[in-house]
Amino acid sequence: MKKIERTNDFVIRFANVNGSGSASANNLFAKVIYRLGVPVSPKNIFPSNIQGLPTWYEVRVNEKGYLGRRGGADFIIGINGQTFRQDFDMVLPGGYFLYDSSKELPESFQRDDITVIGVPLTLLCNSEFSDPRLRQLLKNIVYVGALAYLLDIGLEPVVDSIKKQFSNKPKLAEPNIKALEIGYDYARENHPDSCSLSIRPSEAVGNRIIIDGNSAVGLGAIYAGATVAGWYPITPSTSVVEAFERFAKQYRISPENGKKNYAVIQAEDELAAIGIAIGGGWNGARSFTATSGPGISLMSEFLGLAYFAEIPVVLVDVQRSGPSTGMPTRTQQSDILTCAYASHGDTRNVLLLPSDPLECFQMTADAFDLADRLQTPVIVLSDLDLGMNDHLCEPFEWDDERRYDRGKVLNSEDLDNIKEKWGRYLDVDKDGICYRTLPGTHPEKGAYVTRGTSHNEFAGYTEESSAYERGMNRIMGKWETARRLVPSPEIVIRDETSKLGMVFFGSSTYASLEAIDRLQENSIFINSMRIKAFPFQADVFNFINRHEIVFIIEQNRDSQMKILISGECQVSPGKIVSVTHFNGLPITATIITNRIHSTLLTCGKDFLSSKTVVPEVLS
Amino acid sequence: MSYTRPAFRHPEAQKNKLGYTRKAYEGAISTLCAGCGHDSISSAIVTSFFEMSVEPHRIAKLSGIGCSSKTPAYFLSRSHGFNSVHGRMPSVATGANMANRDLVYLGVSGDGDTASIGMGQFTHVVRRNLNMVYVVMNNGCYGLTKGQDSATADKGSKTKKGAPVSLESIDLCELAIQLGAGFVARSFSGDKKQLVPIFKAAIAHKGLAFVDVISPCVTFNNAPTSTKSYSYVREHIEATGTFDFIPLRQEITTEYPHGTAIPVTLHDGSIINLFKREDKEVITSKRDAIASLEDAKIAQHILTGILYLDPDSEDTHDILGTTDTPLNQLNEADLCPGNDALQRFNQSLR
Repeated sequence: MKKIERTNDFVIRFANVNGSGSASANNLFAKVIYRLGVPVSPKNIFPSNIQGLPTWYEVRVNEKGYLGRRGGADFIIGINGQTFRQDFDMVLPGGYFLYDSSKELPESFQRDDITVIGVPLTLLCNSEFSDPRLRQLLKNIVYVGALAYLLDIGLEPVVDSIKKQFSNKPKLAEPNIKALEIGYDYARENHPDSCSLSIRPSEAVGNRIIIDGNSAVGLGAIYAGATVAGWYPITPSTSVVEAFERFAKQYRISPENGKKNYAVIQAEDELAAIGIAIGGGWNGARSFTATSGPGISLMSEFLGLAYFAEIPVVLVDVQRSGPSTGMPTRTQQSDILTCAYASHGDTRNVLLLPSDPLECFQMTADAFDLADRLQTPVIVLSDLDLGMNDHLCEPFEWDDERRYDRGKVLNSEDLDNIKEKWGRYLDVDKDGICYRTLPGTHPEKGAYVTRGTSHNEFAGYTEESSAYERGMNRIMGKWETARRLVPSPEIVIRDETSKLGMVFFGSSTYASLEAIDRLQENSIFINSMRIKAFPFQADVFNFINRHEIVFIIEQNRDSQMKILISGECQVSPGKIVSVTHFNGLPITATIITNRIHSTLLTCGKDFLSSKTVVPEVLS
Repeated sequence: MSYTRPAFRHPEAQKNKLGYTRKAYEGAISTLCAGCGHDSISSAIVTSFFEMSVEPHRIAKLSGIGCSSKTPAYFLSRSHGFNSVHGRMPSVATGANMANRDLVYLGVSGDGDTASIGMGQFTHVVRRNLNMVYVVMNNGCYGLTKGQDSATADKGSKTKKGAPVSLESIDLCELAIQLGAGFVARSFSGDKKQLVPIFKAAIAHKGLAFVDVISPCVTFNNAPTSTKSYSYVREHIEATGTFDFIPLRQEITTEYPHGTAIPVTLHDGSIINLFKREDKEVITSKRDAIASLEDAKIAQHILTGILYLDPDSEDTHDILGTTDTPLNQLNEADLCPGNDALQRFNQSLR
């Protein structure tokens, strides 16, 4: 058997039982690798369950910095009886399988192409610790100790991380360190030279931080000055508002009197959640809500009101696998169309598409400026993979000179100085955005009734066709203003003569960039465009038009981004090829390259260089 | 409906403490049916805010959808209004109130808007004890869609169409008492003498003040066989007691019969004098309030007046511990932790 021998480039997978305390041990493992300077991307693959069902934690270690899911596992820690067989069989040939050898491996578990490493986790813990709860929890730390030996990490970096984690409760650090040492010593004595995977300290992480997208969104809302949050718990967006509240407790409580400079309301449902955000936005506080697919469906009626009555509101959609309840703990990018055109009648909403936690932070902050400027809902479209998993990204920065753009809001003095008659929906500046007033501003001027019924320029109720049409057309004019204000796509031209383009967005970015590099190594040069927002700018149309074949990478079944682009841009039919993936696990570079190779083969050799080697499976 | 209202006002029309005449509190001409109970309620709202000397622009009026929800256009034209979506006024009011705790919030809804499509939002805004006046203009039917029964129509009651209501009716006041509203009252659109002091007390109350006003639908639900008709209500009305409302810092000059008045001081210092129907009842007891309502139902009476009062209730801001400055007035200096804090945060992740 040839063992897999690799340094700083492998996938290690932990198979655990949900609720057994494995998460903190597994996080510790990933954090240690990060602190050694080696790029790492951990992913939780978890069930919709609190306790008892199988859960996996997959850690990709990659010196080159590829952070998308790779697929396959080189090393599996199999300590969940329910999935033991599946986990054992899944180890790649040449790989490693670590199990709790307190019980013998059943005879049917025979593979001569992998290295099996037994560590009696239960027995070791039982002989060292008397508290049953502690025994269960520390079993997880024992295997981290064994890994510290097997992967050449050494004890010290892990001990340092434990001490850091328990800096406030040093007493808790002691048993953890003890468990770590037990595992480390056992592996050293019983499995020397068993494992040819190793971690070597590196500089590859650089200055980057590691954080989940939902925390970054919550912090972005704090920095943007959001004060009112209405929400209803739903996976995977729950941690957005929880993070907001956690940061608010840290940064938004008056040191003098302990009072809060924010209000978080856990509503009775998603209808109320966005109603609260809209009420807050109408009354001049920066307000938001966060939800996932089912919540978007419920919020659609209110989104139409905010669109038509022109009320600023920020909505964060952390997408999960639909339709209906779908797979609530698995990822997808499948709310694109429903968000872009949410609500009945002619409606369209501004979308922002972050691709890493830094952009989650920045785009959430920008969303509040855009919503206030455009007086309309702005939706930040994240997803479960981006939101709930830790990702490496550049550190957060904030320009202290930055001022919030509160948009066109008239104060009492403005109202006194206006010579013409003020109208809430008068397009004075011809940019489609009108001047609004807040309740309580002026004793005599500026009051009006906000309504979802048709209204004229002075906010008066009307059923006059021409007034209705004028209003709808003017809002469409505002959409053109939005086009100028939203972030432009990130376009990379690798080869001016290339006929191939690739379009991707959000959390598909990691796998897409890795796929581009792999294709390039194989002499396929592909230009790329990462879309950051809807409405699309001319750059988006131009990029598509300059290429003969454009691959759109997206994580849904129905090619929603392709449909959106095709509907919004003049695109020749047949030019766009969808690369879709929708099984709930994050897309991989291999899925993308396979699809591109097979398309290019069917399209003819024109697109393939003489140096291109077509993968065997496809040729 | 009338199409015009004379602009003329008596030159010596009475002014309130702010120097405003009643006109400053009026709105556009109503487009509801002539004789609609809702118009009387609108008029009582105008009178109440005028007499209370609340600055009109410091009031925010919010509503859902339906005949009742149209009325905010017919009063307080100097106040901002929000005619939102069906059954969702409470959530919009919650957000608005969170954004600016200094305004007076008046929510107007109907029996369809509250007891059916908006039941969830109604119950939860009451639980939150949002500082607002929540008025239901209750006619037992859906007027705008031509008279279907609503969830507050009494079982057995007959509408214009003649078919008796077959389902149990929802008593919004009983629900509001159970759910923790600090102020619950029921009145009748045809009894302005009672309605105005109720509204005034509701405005002075801190927390959610719920007022259910029976308001006959002259077009679809005013047959004498209907329990929401003018004639039925007039025949079966029973007040919990007479009372008057003494706004803040005014001398009590009214004389009370037999010295039975019980003064209750509200949060802002104003006083309600209650003349109880029977001595044994305690206005601040939830149990008594619900028992009275149930007793009245058995006797086929409609109990009106202030049904329950907790003068010390905590509103949403008290519960949350929000700062005294309205949140919509905070700026970058109050809200943004700045780059130094952010760099420390980055470091904490390493």
